[in-house]
Amino acid sequence: MADQNELYQQVILEHNKKPRNFSVLEEASHYALGKNPLCGDQFAVYLKLNEDNGTIEEIRFQGSGCAISKASASLMTVNLKGKSEEEARLMKDEFQKMVTGQLDPDTEPHHLGRLSIFQGVKQYPVRVKCASLAWHTLEAALNKEQEAVSTES
Amino acid sequence: MVTLMEKTATHLDVERIRADFPILKQKIHGHPLAYLDNAATTQKPLSVIERMTDFYMNEYATVRRGVYEMSARATIAYDEVREKVARFINAPSSSEIVFVRGTTEAINLVASGYGRPFVQAGDEVVISAIEHHANIVPWQQLCQEKGAVLKVIPVNDDGELDIEAYQALLTDKTRIVSVNHISNSLGTINPIKAMIDMAHQRGIPVLIDGAQSIQHMPIDVQALDCDFFAFSSHKIYGPTGIGVLYAKRQHLNAMVPYQTGGDMIESVTFEKTTFAKAPNKFEAGTPAIAEVIGLGAALDYINAVGYENIQPYEHHLLTYATQALLQIEGLRIIGNAREKASVISFVFDDIHPHDVGTLLDSRGIAVRAGHHCTQPVMERFHVPATTRASFSFYNTQQEIDALVDGLRMVTQVFR
Repeated sequence: MADQNELYQQVILEHNKKPRNFSVLEEASHYALGKNPLCGDQFAVYLKLNEDNGTIEEIRFQGSGCAISKASASLMTVNLKGKSEEEARLMKDEFQKMVTGQLDPDTEPHHLGRLSIFQGVKQYPVRVKCASLAWHTLEAALNKEQEAVSTES
Repeated sequence: MVTLMEKTATHLDVERIRADFPILKQKIHGHPLAYLDNAATTQKPLSVIERMTDFYMNEYATVRRGVYEMSARATIAYDEVREKVARFINAPSSSEIVFVRGTTEAINLVASGYGRPFVQAGDEVVISAIEHHANIVPWQQLCQEKGAVLKVIPVNDDGELDIEAYQALLTDKTRIVSVNHISNSLGTINPIKAMIDMAHQRGIPVLIDGAQSIQHMPIDVQALDCDFFAFSSHKIYGPTGIGVLYAKRQHLNAMVPYQTGGDMIESVTFEKTTFAKAPNKFEAGTPAIAEVIGLGAALDYINAVGYENIQPYEHHLLTYATQALLQIEGLRIIGNAREKASVISFVFDDIHPHDVGTLLDSRGIAVRAGHHCTQPVMERFHVPATTRASFSFYNTQQEIDALVDGLRMVTQVFR
C-alpha cells in the first residue's frame, strides 16, 4: 500500500457522503440482507426486475457501514440500473476478481465501467469484504436467498 | 500540558525500554511503526524471545513424564514458572495456579468445572454490561444448559458499573459473579475489591477476568480475596497460547475436570479413572512447555521494569492522549470513567472506524477498529464500532502526537 488516495478516491468519498438510491424499495421483487459480522456492516439490497425482459428496473439499498462498503453499494446501484440479470451476475464476478487482484481492469476486458475505481482495494486485503459486501448481497437477492448473507460463511 | 509532564515525571527511560523490543524498530508504509493496539496483544521483549529460543535449542523435552535428564530439567524449569506466577500474583501456593491457553480458556474452565456441578435450574450468574464476549458466552451457555438466569450489572454513560444495582442483583440464588477488572473496550477500572467483598457477604464466589489489568497494575489475589483470577500471557509481553487461572484450593478441589486425557490422571483402567490433584487435574495433555518458559521470562521482565515505574508513565500517556484527542473536531471518547487504564475508544459521528484504521495504517499507526468483542457495549453506547488506541509503557508521547496528526488527516480526507 503506497498511497491512501488509491483507496479513498474522490468519487468514493463523494458516494459515501451522498449515497445514491439509498432508500427502501417497497415494490421490490427481490430483496436480501448482507452482513459482515466482523465489523458490523449491514446492508439491504432491493431489486425490481422487469416482468417482461428481466432487466433491473429499480435497485436501491439501505444500511450502515464504512466508506468503502457504502460507496461500493451506492456505485453498484448506479451502474446496475437497466442491466439484465446475466449482466449483473457477470459484473459481480468481475468485481470480485478485480478486488482480489485476479482481474486487472487496465489491461483485461471487463464490463465494470467506472466501478474500476475500486481496483485499489486489492492492496488492502482486510478491506476486500467491505467492497464486496453489497455485491454478495445483490447475488443473494437475485438467488432469492431467505437467510441473511454473511461475509463469514 | 507541560506542568502535567513535570508532575508525572518517572524513572522510566522509554528509549531504553524500546531498545528491548526489536519489533518496534521497523517502518510500516515508510513511517516508523506506532504500535497502539496493546489491549489486543503486546509485543515481546528480546529477553522473552531469547529465552524461548534458548529453551528450544538447548533444553526442550517433555515435562512430568521422562525419567531422563533432559525431561527432568525441563520439568524443573516448567515448575519454576508455576512458582513464579504464584509469587507474581501473591497466590498462597503454586498448586492453585492452573496453566491454560489464555483467559478465554480459564473462564470456560470455571464455567464448566465449577458451573456444571454448582449451578442449577433457577440459579443466577452475575456478569456486567461491559464484559468481553469471553466472559459472556461461557456463562450464557451454562445458563441455557442448566435453566439458570444470567444477570447483568448495568453501566452508566461514563462507562462505570452501577454498584447499587450490583448490590441488588446479589441474591440467595446467585451462584457466581464474573466480572472484568478492566474493560477492554472502555478502559474502565472496576472497583473489584468492593465488588468481591459485597459478593462474599452473601458467600458468593467471584471470578476476576484480569486479561486487561495484569499488564498495567500489580495483582495480589490474597488482598483482593478473589476466588478466581484469569489472565493471558500474550497481553503481558509473553507468548501466545498460554495463560493462567488462579483459583482458591477449595474450589479447585470441588471442581470437575474440563478436559480429560493424559497427565491429569492418577490411575486409569477400562472400568474407572481417578484424577490427579489440582492443578494437574485441569491440565490434560502435553502442555505449551516453551510458552510457559516464555511467560516466566515475561514476568521477570515486568519485575525488572517495575509496576512503580509502569503505572505513572502509562497514566501520563493516558492523560496526554485524552487531552490531545479531545482537541480534534468531531471526536468523541466512549468511556470516561474516573478510574481508567491507558485504553481510549473513540468515534467520529460520520467516519467509520474501519476507515479511520486504514488511513492511520497508511502512516504506520496500528490501532484497533471494530467492536472489540464487546458487542453489548457497542449497543449500550449506540455505536456500531469504535477506534481504540491502547498504550503500553513502550509507547511515547511522539507516537500519540503522530496519532493526533493522523486523525487530523483523516478528518481532512472525509471533510
